[in-house]
Amino acid sequence: MESNDSMVDGTARDDIKRYPNEGTKQRLTHRSDFVFFLVMGGLSSCFILLIVLMLAADVMFTSFQDFKVAMFKAEIQAAFKLTMLSCTAAAVMSLWVATPLGYLLARYSFPGRWLVDTLVDIPIVLPPLVLGLSLLILFHLPVFGWELENWLRDDVGFGVTYRWPAVVLAQFSVSCAFAVRTMRVTFDQIDPRAEDVARTLGCTRAQAFWKIAVPQASRGMIAAVTVAWARALGEFGPILVFAGATRMKTEVLSTSVFLELSIGELNSAVALSLLMVMMAVVVLLVLRYLGAGATA
Amino acid sequence: MIELRNVTVQAGKFQLRNLSIEVDAGQYAVLMGRTGIGKTTLIESICGLRKVVCGQVWIHGTDVTHYSPSDREIGYVPQDLALFPTLNVREHLAFALRLRRVSRERIVARVKELAETLGITHLLDRHVQGLSGGESQRVALGRALSFEPAILLLDEPLSALDDATRRETYALLKKVQKASQVTTLHITHNQEDVDVLADCCFRMEANGMLVTVS
Repeated sequence: MESNDSMVDGTARDDIKRYPNEGTKQRLTHRSDFVFFLVMGGLSSCFILLIVLMLAADVMFTSFQDFKVAMFKAEIQAAFKLTMLSCTAAAVMSLWVATPLGYLLARYSFPGRWLVDTLVDIPIVLPPLVLGLSLLILFHLPVFGWELENWLRDDVGFGVTYRWPAVVLAQFSVSCAFAVRTMRVTFDQIDPRAEDVARTLGCTRAQAFWKIAVPQASRGMIAAVTVAWARALGEFGPILVFAGATRMKTEVLSTSVFLELSIGELNSAVALSLLMVMMAVVVLLVLRYLGAGATA
Repeated sequence: MIELRNVTVQAGKFQLRNLSIEVDAGQYAVLMGRTGIGKTTLIESICGLRKVVCGQVWIHGTDVTHYSPSDREIGYVPQDLALFPTLNVREHLAFALRLRRVSRERIVARVKELAETLGITHLLDRHVQGLSGGESQRVALGRALSFEPAILLLDEPLSALDDATRRETYALLKKVQKASQVTTLHITHNQEDVDVLADCCFRMEANGMLVTVS
């Protein structure tokens, strides 16, 4: 039963809804989400556009011939090989450290946890050159006549500074901090109840970690390796200071770009930059594929 | 048997003081009490997951107060079940047996026996993510019973089940208890659980005291 009140300002009866308990009538309106998507998409696309434009500019600047010339240089091939090996070594080492450290920070309260938590972030916030300088000082600081680098080189037979181990260590110092953050978040998101129940079933803490927590963290571990590898690939400052940029010896692709630029080979530097972009994309895709498999 | 002697448990700022309870061997005991009163804290202290500040926890004549959870031989079914997301049903039932290095043949036989008792044989190769509430409950129960524990602790095991599944689970719990004669402590809010299952009943009062209900 509709009353004459259903007609308001000449609006058709079908456009009017009576709310039960209110005794008032409201006009049905169609509200569009267009503005929401326009604003959100517009802001998001600024960043995406910036990256796409940068890559497009690189591609337009260089030519396939420049790329080919750069790739056939013996120095670049050596840098490529060292980059692949050092990034992989740094990423694997980061995972080995980040998994237990992330777990301890996520699961246990212990004296000085806040300090450990803060120390882990230092390589992230420290200027890269300062990190390299700190590594250099650490290895060459005389302590009562004893020096770490001298001991490693003369007694252990494994010198670090200005050699390939310095490249790996410089990359590891930064990569590991990012990997620890990733693993901390991963374990924070895993419910510890399953590990508690595993302990009542007979697991020691170590068994609960290996059999219950680690399998659940597989996706986070893949993410940690990815982040660590990508960070290692982009590392430049600490490598330059701690390992130097000696061609065919401690040169990685990030230092190659710098060296090519410093001798005026701009085309070669851009070609190398594109190579690094491609390497990063391939590694990210492979690891994402492996990550999907691990959680399937 | 399960015996608590003047146990005090601390859980953050919450404290349970001077708890004493005794459940005879083979009995099915039910513990009732309001939400948030500390029933789960009590059961976790029996498991060893919460540290006992003072007092003693005895299981079948052994003082296990300072034993780690892994050494107490307690089957525990928590309220949230806490199934292992990366394992399938068969692996859940075999988990505790593998830890004890039981032979492969005995594990296969025990898993088969448990699955038949619990009616989950058809689920053995399924992952736990897709299981219904009742099925998950049975898997958690099977996991807790797999190693023939000294005692069984159930934390509101029927709270998330519909009436029909609840009645099926009553029958199952009775069957399991009769077959295994395992001493059981079951936490609940539901009077029907007491009426159907309990040999003896305790109520936790607001002051943390445990009272035997006749």
